[in-house]
Amino acid sequence: MATSLLEVADLACRRGGRRVFERLSFTVDRGQLMALRGRNGSGKTTLLRALALLVRAESGAIRWQGTDVAAEPEAWRGRLAWLGHLEGLKGDLSVRENLAVAERLRGGQPPDLGRVDAALGALDLLLLAGRPVRTLSAGQRRRAALARVLLADATLWLLDEPLNALDAPAQTAFRAALNRHLAAGGLAIAATHADLGVPGGRTLDLA
Amino acid sequence: MSGFAALVARDLRLAWRRPGDVAVVLAFFVVATTLFPLGIGPETNVLARIAAGVLWCAALFAALLSLDRLFAADFEDGTLDLLLLAPWPLELAALAKCAAHWIVTGLPLAALAPLLGLAFGLEPDALLGLSATLLVGTPTLSLIGGLAAALTLGARKSGALLALLALPLCVPTLIFGAGAVEALATGGDFGAHLALLAALALVALATTPWAIAAALRQAGE
Repeated sequence: MATSLLEVADLACRRGGRRVFERLSFTVDRGQLMALRGRNGSGKTTLLRALALLVRAESGAIRWQGTDVAAEPEAWRGRLAWLGHLEGLKGDLSVRENLAVAERLRGGQPPDLGRVDAALGALDLLLLAGRPVRTLSAGQRRRAALARVLLADATLWLLDEPLNALDAPAQTAFRAALNRHLAAGGLAIAATHADLGVPGGRTLDLA
Repeated sequence: MSGFAALVARDLRLAWRRPGDVAVVLAFFVVATTLFPLGIGPETNVLARIAAGVLWCAALFAALLSLDRLFAADFEDGTLDLLLLAPWPLELAALAKCAAHWIVTGLPLAALAPLLGLAFGLEPDALLGLSATLLVGTPTLSLIGGLAAALTLGARKSGALLALLALPLCVPTLIFGAGAVEALATGGDFGAHLALLAALALVALATTPWAIAAALRQAGE
């Protein structure tokens, strides 16, 4: 039997003494989206943080190509692009500077201008690129954070409520970018209440 | 290594965009030290005797003043998560943050101290010695302070807690720093004091990044 690219087996997490979820098993393969649904407090964010190894799972395993990701955490982190409920942007830096810094913190060289412009353009941020992030609206900040995810060129996107605060055109732009990522063989796991507009996208309900 | 350089460069750029933060630290250092000659009176021999201790204590307090934002700002805007997720060791990131803190506080404090020493009637060689001890000693303050900042991350009243954690750990550095300048005046062995200061800095360098990284991972949970 062929193993899936990403395999989560019997995962359990505890937060503040309370079991958030247990015996969670699912797989995600190339080109697939897994949408996490569930009520507030059902553990969507905890699951995303556990997948990123930010939160230690109580038991269970996360496997990439059959190997436990905890064995080589740095290689695993290199495959991830992260969007938390906080944007991860510095208010005193411009959108463009934020993207360049984030890319270099991922261990890469300063990204070339063409790639940055492509990521900015995909979310209609080119006109805002020179503005300090602290002068942007909540939706514009969200778009800048999503542009950071696009620029990272990672295999697996972990997104916590990616459509938060986005207006209709920005939502459409993000859906298009997500579909391009999946079509190129990427994976995505997103906690969301809204429809991400991915044909054949799968859903995991965290009751 | 490119991530380390990028993080130092980012923090220096952020400090440059908010020059007020550094200015407050240096202004505190100036005001706090100049209060002593005013309070004690113009007895040069008394002032010269206490100068090293006063300047070292004031430098320590000034360095602490800016430390509570060291990781708290990254924690609040989510960039700490990006550091935790970076595919290179978090220990290096901890070191980079402390290095940037030292460049924007320790270095200017060491440069400013000789000027303030003049107000205490210190001899020229004591002024230079003071600057040298601060240059060698302030990295320890940034590293130990960084550890206290990481441990108090997310706590209420973290500033006061940070000071309570960091100050006792900084006592050896304070003793040898002030002692070195005193040794110059009394004919003691300045070099030995300076070597001990450097040894303390190396011990901090070899231990604190790991402890800071562990504290940051804990804060990220």
